[in-house]
Amino acid sequence: MILSLINLIILLFAPFLVIGVIKKTKAFWAGRKGVSIWQPLRDFVRLMRKDYVISETTSWIFKFSPMVTFATVIFAGLFVPMVQGYSVINMPGGFILFSYILGLGKFFSLIAAMDTGSSFEGMGASREACFTTIVEPAFFIIMASIIALTGNFTFHGLSQVIANAGGLGVLIIVLAVLALFVMLLTECCRVPVDDPTTHLELTMIHEVMILDNSGQDLGLITWAAGIKMVILESLIAALIIPMNLSLGYSLLAFLGVIFGLAVVIGTLESGIARLRMSHVFEFIFSMSSFALIILALVAIKIYGN
Amino acid sequence: MNWIITENNKPINLYDIPCLNINDLRSEIINLDKRVVGFFGQKVSDGVKLFVVMADDSEGKLYVSSAHFASGEKSYESLTQTIPAFHMFEREFFEDFGIEPLHHPWLKPVRDHKKEYPFFEIEGEEIHQVGVGPIHAGVIEPGHFRFMCNGEKVYDLEIRLGYQSRGVEELFISSPSNQLAESVCGDSVIAYNLAYSKAIEALEGIEVSNRAQIIRTIALEMERAAIHIGDLGAIAGDTAYLMGASIFGATRTLVINTMLEICGSRFGRGLITVGGVNYDIDEELSAGMLKTFDKVVKDVKRTTETMLKSPTVISRLERTGVVSQEQAKSLGLVGMAAKASGIGLDTRFDFPDKWYAEFEDKKFKATGDVYSRTRVRYKEIMQSFHIIRKLLAKLPEYKNEPLCVSQNAKSADKFVVSMTEGWRGEVIHTVITDNNGNISRYKIKDPSFNNWYGLAIAVRNNGISDFPLCNKSFNLSYCGNDL
Repeated sequence: MILSLINLIILLFAPFLVIGVIKKTKAFWAGRKGVSIWQPLRDFVRLMRKDYVISETTSWIFKFSPMVTFATVIFAGLFVPMVQGYSVINMPGGFILFSYILGLGKFFSLIAAMDTGSSFEGMGASREACFTTIVEPAFFIIMASIIALTGNFTFHGLSQVIANAGGLGVLIIVLAVLALFVMLLTECCRVPVDDPTTHLELTMIHEVMILDNSGQDLGLITWAAGIKMVILESLIAALIIPMNLSLGYSLLAFLGVIFGLAVVIGTLESGIARLRMSHVFEFIFSMSSFALIILALVAIKIYGN
Repeated sequence: MNWIITENNKPINLYDIPCLNINDLRSEIINLDKRVVGFFGQKVSDGVKLFVVMADDSEGKLYVSSAHFASGEKSYESLTQTIPAFHMFEREFFEDFGIEPLHHPWLKPVRDHKKEYPFFEIEGEEIHQVGVGPIHAGVIEPGHFRFMCNGEKVYDLEIRLGYQSRGVEELFISSPSNQLAESVCGDSVIAYNLAYSKAIEALEGIEVSNRAQIIRTIALEMERAAIHIGDLGAIAGDTAYLMGASIFGATRTLVINTMLEICGSRFGRGLITVGGVNYDIDEELSAGMLKTFDKVVKDVKRTTETMLKSPTVISRLERTGVVSQEQAKSLGLVGMAAKASGIGLDTRFDFPDKWYAEFEDKKFKATGDVYSRTRVRYKEIMQSFHIIRKLLAKLPEYKNEPLCVSQNAKSADKFVVSMTEGWRGEVIHTVITDNNGNISRYKIKDPSFNNWYGLAIAVRNNGISDFPLCNKSFNLSYCGNDL
């Protein structure tokens, strides 16, 4: 019960701080003071107090979509193991439901973007859809490999890799972390896939799809985007944090991983430029390569001897 | 003679300019085979007079001629068919005077918004249009961009401008002043004011003191360096290369704050006046400037070198937005954009100016892409600071000269072309006076007027997401074009 509560609190409130930490890190590398790490939370509160404007050309989908996005992200978040590897919903094959729940949310945000009739938003939707189709198979290959290795059909399998594969498991974990990090950068629209700070519509991916959203709708969408980031970070955390830590240490380790990743993302964004759109695919395909190597390693482990 | 030959800032008598039949002038222009820098009309009592100014960049000479259209004559055979570089000039002439260049391939409005603009359209199942502007997401000027895309690929870009047309040229006739010249194009304050001042000084026979000339030249180079540094930052920003964006932004501030110390305006407003300059650079200030610029040069050098070594940045810049040398030549691109495509046009060196005589314009290995336009900027920043340093050292020699000399009498029926190399390229002001010595025609040509079409060409067959980067690499002026 307490763990469920902790999970929910982290899920709902960590996003603002994670985004704040990324911004602070970028400011640090740029030699600026930067905004307070609470600023994303303040922005969110400001948005929630605002009314919204909806274009006359849109249908009910546009109004409905932010709620679907938010609800699906929260639902997906319940499957993810967090502190002490505990997840609120723990069921075999949960990762498939998890993926398609997120997929549902994404589907609605795509059609809502198309719904506005803006040429920019259609472009953003097509880019986002395209990237997702590359990410999805790689994610499934990784999850399936780990299930084959551990025999555990839930997300908990992630933290049992070492126990089942020994030394080879370290390699698998390193590759899986890299793959999930690429997925994190892609799904959360960070450099080098997307530039979250740009004002140039023609280069945007996620941002351009929500150009028409305002006020509370925009607030919900940004919140959901932050939660999604924490969810994906939690998957990485599950891979590297051992399950059998005490509550205190586990909590510390978990928060360390999600904020540590935020610092890594901020540093990465300070040091490299965004890739050219046609090269982004190559970057995302690296996730598939990692996934296939994991699959091969698992096959060696199972059938090799 | 069918041409009268003159130089930069050298007035000629209006009636010494040959006046030919338009068909003769047309074949003369084609035979002359020089670069067009002026092609504009003036209303006269019995019709319209067309003036043509062609530049010989290797000799530093200007060729001027004219043709007369009687009230009944409403068309002529266009030059653009033979020399594409005329295409904007002929469109502008048509818009201003209603004399149609026949068989012009692209006769569309330049600044006029009363007419419907006939956008070029490609039809097809896969083709989609993207319209951007005139109101943009950033704090920039208005312009409409219409893309014809197939997926992410741009087949064609058409740019519609004219949203900022203020009738600047007419204002120069009714109330010419330095303040007006400074306000035409806010990022080229020094270049515009200098072009205006030099034109008026040439007409009134004012000899500006060496001291004032040096200060003017320093200011012009500071403007160039400041804007180029800002643009390097903007290019870094567009590629999401945060480090470059922050450091260049901070460095540019050092340069424009130095301008603030000189004249009280970060963009150099109020510094230059007809007859000289309003503010001096004393020894104390000069020493401070040298110290600041040392730091600026060091920062720019270090940051540019780091940035241009970063593989992610290189992969964005190289082979993006290519304008080949042939394209640049036939479209008549000028200034920085031309240099980046391998055409070394620079009025500072091409048209003799005694303060630039000792400097050499180093050869630049051009590739015509965004990378090349970034390198040109870097090269020019370094060159500008080199020039500033040398000129500051010369300043004490002319310690006792006046900053500003008073005005002489007006001179009637003159024609003068004043070319100044702003950071974008040649800023050309052509002034004609009437028989009372008042300005009867004031013609401005910003480098953007030539170069906007270059941007449209550069974007072809590139990803639409690279458009902002291409645009930033040109960084053209909307108000300089719209006037």
